[in-house]
Amino acid sequence: MHSSAVESKTLIALNNVSFSYGSVRVLKDITFFIRKGDFLAIIGPNGAGKTTLIKIILGLLKPSHGEVLILGKRVETFSDWKKIGYVSQKATHVDPLFPVSVRDVVAMGLLSNKKFPNLTKREKVLSIERALKQVGMENFKNWRIGRLSGGQQQRIFIARAIVNQPQILFLDEPTTGVDAETQDHFYDMLDTLNSSERITIVLITHDIGIVNKHVTQVACLNQQLVYHGTHAEFCHSDAFKAMLAGGHHLVSHRH
Amino acid sequence: MEAFLNYGFLQRALFAGIFVAVACALLGVFLILRRDAMIGHGLAHITFAGVALGLLLNVIPLAMALGIAVLAALGIMKLKEKAGLHGDTAIAIFSSTGFALGIILATLAGSFSVDLFGYLFGDILTIQESEVWLSIGLAAVVVFTVVLYYRKFMYMTFDLESAKASGIKVGYLDVILTVLTAVTIVLGMKVVGILMVSALVVIPAAAGLQLASNFKQAIILSSIIAVISVLLGLLFAFYLDLPASGTIVILSFLFFCFCFLLKRGKKFF
Ligand SMILES: Nc1ncnc2c1ncn2[C@@H]1O[C@H](COP(=O)(O)OP(=O)(O)O)[C@@H](O)[C@H]1O
Ligand SMILES: [Mg+2]
Repeated sequence: MHSSAVESKTLIALNNVSFSYGSVRVLKDITFFIRKGDFLAIIGPNGAGKTTLIKIILGLLKPSHGEVLILGKRVETFSDWKKIGYVSQKATHVDPLFPVSVRDVVAMGLLSNKKFPNLTKREKVLSIERALKQVGMENFKNWRIGRLSGGQQQRIFIARAIVNQPQILFLDEPTTGVDAETQDHFYDMLDTLNSSERITIVLITHDIGIVNKHVTQVACLNQQLVYHGTHAEFCHSDAFKAMLAGGHHLVSHRH
Repeated sequence: MEAFLNYGFLQRALFAGIFVAVACALLGVFLILRRDAMIGHGLAHITFAGVALGLLLNVIPLAMALGIAVLAALGIMKLKEKAGLHGDTAIAIFSSTGFALGIILATLAGSFSVDLFGYLFGDILTIQESEVWLSIGLAAVVVFTVVLYYRKFMYMTFDLESAKASGIKVGYLDVILTVLTAVTIVLGMKVVGILMVSALVVIPAAAGLQLASNFKQAIILSSIIAVISVLLGLLFAFYLDLPASGTIVILSFLFFCFCFLLKRGKKFF
């Protein structure tokens, strides 16, 4: 009983969040929670506002209405960003000539420690190695990032996002342009992070196939929150049927 | 060599040149990777208006140039951010306008003086003692700041959005980087002149980037190439009676060619 109370701890709360780009409304009155241990998929058609929602949660955009709480604090005053990992939708548009090694890239994540990084050099090296091992890329430390494939780069960005051992990891369409087999390994890796490392995962995706196989919670977004609940319930929900029937850009096939 | 070092003006030029070269190379690496390589060219042209104004009002042109460059750099940054104007478009508009203003002011100041010529084509060999200290001081500040923040600058340059999401104060650091750029351009202008300042900022950095496989290497290689170009350039200029600025630029270009070929050559092995 006690442990399930801990399990259901709320990490992120959105209360009546709305957002517009100029006069164009993108999100309307979103209220929902992300709890510790969730593997949440946010799905919805192109332009539904998924990326915008994540950016609001991360404090990169200010909602025009409503509030966001991260670990109990209003996002405007939250400063402990090393507890939050983020891999943006654009992260993999890497300049192939950019002179950074894999190690350099993962080390960037450590900069999120407040003013003076209080880790010793050795601790930093160990953190970087652990993160690379978790994504199965420990043999590529000294490679220039531009020499890796898209899927490998994506793993490096995840390593960067988890190098501080965050409580929650946000991934914005992480497998766009990655081949099917790599995707399978990739989602198995996320499963492991979620179950063994106890990292809460929030995954934006188009792909209902992924949703069916891996996640525990589903949020369906199209300007408004159309549905939010467990995955099992989602499959029987009207939102799901509407989505399959409605010709959205969602795909349910496995490649 | 002894004779070389007995000339006060040469020593001054050497000292100032070395410091400015390092500052230019460091900033250059970031500017190239930010796809902002032309900002130096543009800012220098705008700065021409500041120099002319300084000559007209009898205010130290270097100080005037610094002020104008910083304002212009911040203005261009804001325009890019807020007005959705492409960076290179903003630079094209403001550099030509600044230069036009400079020509008018210079004419008002009483035709084109020798001074102005120096600002256009570089006059490192006539650098005054006060300017030497100013240049060295400012260049030292630039180098120190870049070294202090280089990991954060690198993160921002590589992936701005993630840097923001990591809680890094990107807006503040962007202002710092922009001000440093403006200061560096004005310093570089003193060495190779308004028309060639890009060379000092972009070419050594581009050369270093050819060979570097990580960021530290890029920064160190670029700095070394810039310093050697300036040193050799001044030596050649002195002994062969060539213009220092042009010689420095041509040398850095030769270094670039060398690095470029070395890199392409590598691929065959
Ligand atoms: N910077 C922006 N300025 C104006 N409109 C934007 C901007 N970014 C996104 N939008 C618009 O907001 C809507 C939601 O975008 P986004 O959150 O990226 O959707 P999704 O990630 O679900 O595909 C889209 O209609 C998009 O055109
Ligand atoms: Mg998106």
